[in-house]
Amino acid sequence: MRVTQGTFSFLPDFTDQQIHEQVQYCIDNGWAVSIEYTDDPHPRNTYWEMWGHPMFDNPDAAAVVYELNECRKVYGSYYIRIIAFDSSPGWESIRLSFIVNRPSEEPGFKLSRTEVKGRNIQYSITPYSSDKPQGSRYK
Amino acid sequence: MENEGQEKESEIVTEVNLKEDFQASGVADILAELDNSLIGLTPVKTRIKETASLLLVDKAREKLGLVNESPTLHMSFSGNPGTGKTTVALKMANLLFRLGYVRKGHLVTVTRDDLVGQYIGHTAPKTKEVLKKAMGGVLFIDEAYYLYRPENERDYGQEAIEILLQVMENNRDDLVVILAGYKDKMDKFFESNPGFRSRIAHHIDFPDYSNNELLEIAEVMVASMNYQFNEESKKAMAEYIKIRKKQPHFANARSIRNAIDRARLRQANRVFNNSKGPIGASFLSQIEDIDIRQSRVFSGGIDK
Repeated sequence: MRVTQGTFSFLPDFTDQQIHEQVQYCIDNGWAVSIEYTDDPHPRNTYWEMWGHPMFDNPDAAAVVYELNECRKVYGSYYIRIIAFDSSPGWESIRLSFIVNRPSEEPGFKLSRTEVKGRNIQYSITPYSSDKPQGSRYK
Repeated sequence: MENEGQEKESEIVTEVNLKEDFQASGVADILAELDNSLIGLTPVKTRIKETASLLLVDKAREKLGLVNESPTLHMSFSGNPGTGKTTVALKMANLLFRLGYVRKGHLVTVTRDDLVGQYIGHTAPKTKEVLKKAMGGVLFIDEAYYLYRPENERDYGQEAIEILLQVMENNRDDLVVILAGYKDKMDKFFESNPGFRSRIAHHIDFPDYSNNELLEIAEVMVASMNYQFNEESKKAMAEYIKIRKKQPHFANARSIRNAIDRARLRQANRVFNNSKGPIGASFLSQIEDIDIRQSRVFSGGIDK
């Protein structure tokens, strides 16, 4: 099951050229771009691991694509996303976030139902991949 | 402008107009500016014009489908201090931007300190950080030979060189590296790092200025500071240049700038001591020959 998160999530995966252009758009708007990765695709997993610092003072998107490829070398089987922060409102707010790398196999999520008081049902989802410990989920 | 270019590319192009391309790219302005704003440096200007035409022709060939590898644009500027290497590098960045070989056209100037770290594991991220900052523009490494210190085999400079070479090769489309420094030291640097020599296509030598060129530079500098020479002070300046040139630590245009700064100091002192009543702008901006002749250079000493 293809995980869809963030902007452009229903488009096919971007090529490096397309990533470059989107990132350049972010930079031209004055947003700080950073790269994050994770092997836990749960939608409530908001804080992914950071790949280096947010890139505040790179005027060209080639730097981000370069770092992305460095990150792919190490975490090529993980989810990697690019996020753009806008600090102009006075706090760091995410303007744009999109997935740029995903595992070749995405097993999807398990939906579990729990019956609680008054025969109400509580739903929860768990990624199948998170049964395994962190670091050994995607190969 | 950019959209137009893209539309043209999507059509099948059978002929190109080099003159039109030249006009459209705005390269003419930069070359003219180079000619006007820089005194002397004829060989440098010729090389830059040649490079500009080569790049222009390459772009035209690309349009016609005569595909060639994107050219290597890394350069090395060698010459004595104060011969205008940094100034030309700045112009070069602008030129490459207009020709469409770099995307942003900014110049990042660094020296050894900015690339080489202080402890193990510090160098690689530091160098990469600088390289990333320079992507889309030009990285200018001043006194590049300090990166390589053969006398210390544990020097981290070697690591920076390796990363630099790797990025220069793999990210050729993303940034242009210009190395600069004194000629003899640069030659030695290239000898011990053959990888660098082969990755740099353009070696440009910056000649020293002649006495007349230095005088011309002095006049331009003085004018840009809103001062002026008269006949006597001009003569004094010419003599100053002649003597100063033979002394050690002569740094071409930079020495001239320093000499003018000191002349302004003495001029201010003289004006202050001599002024009795109201004085006009012409008096305030006039550099007399006495302001120059008071220099230690004339009495056999050295101005630094």
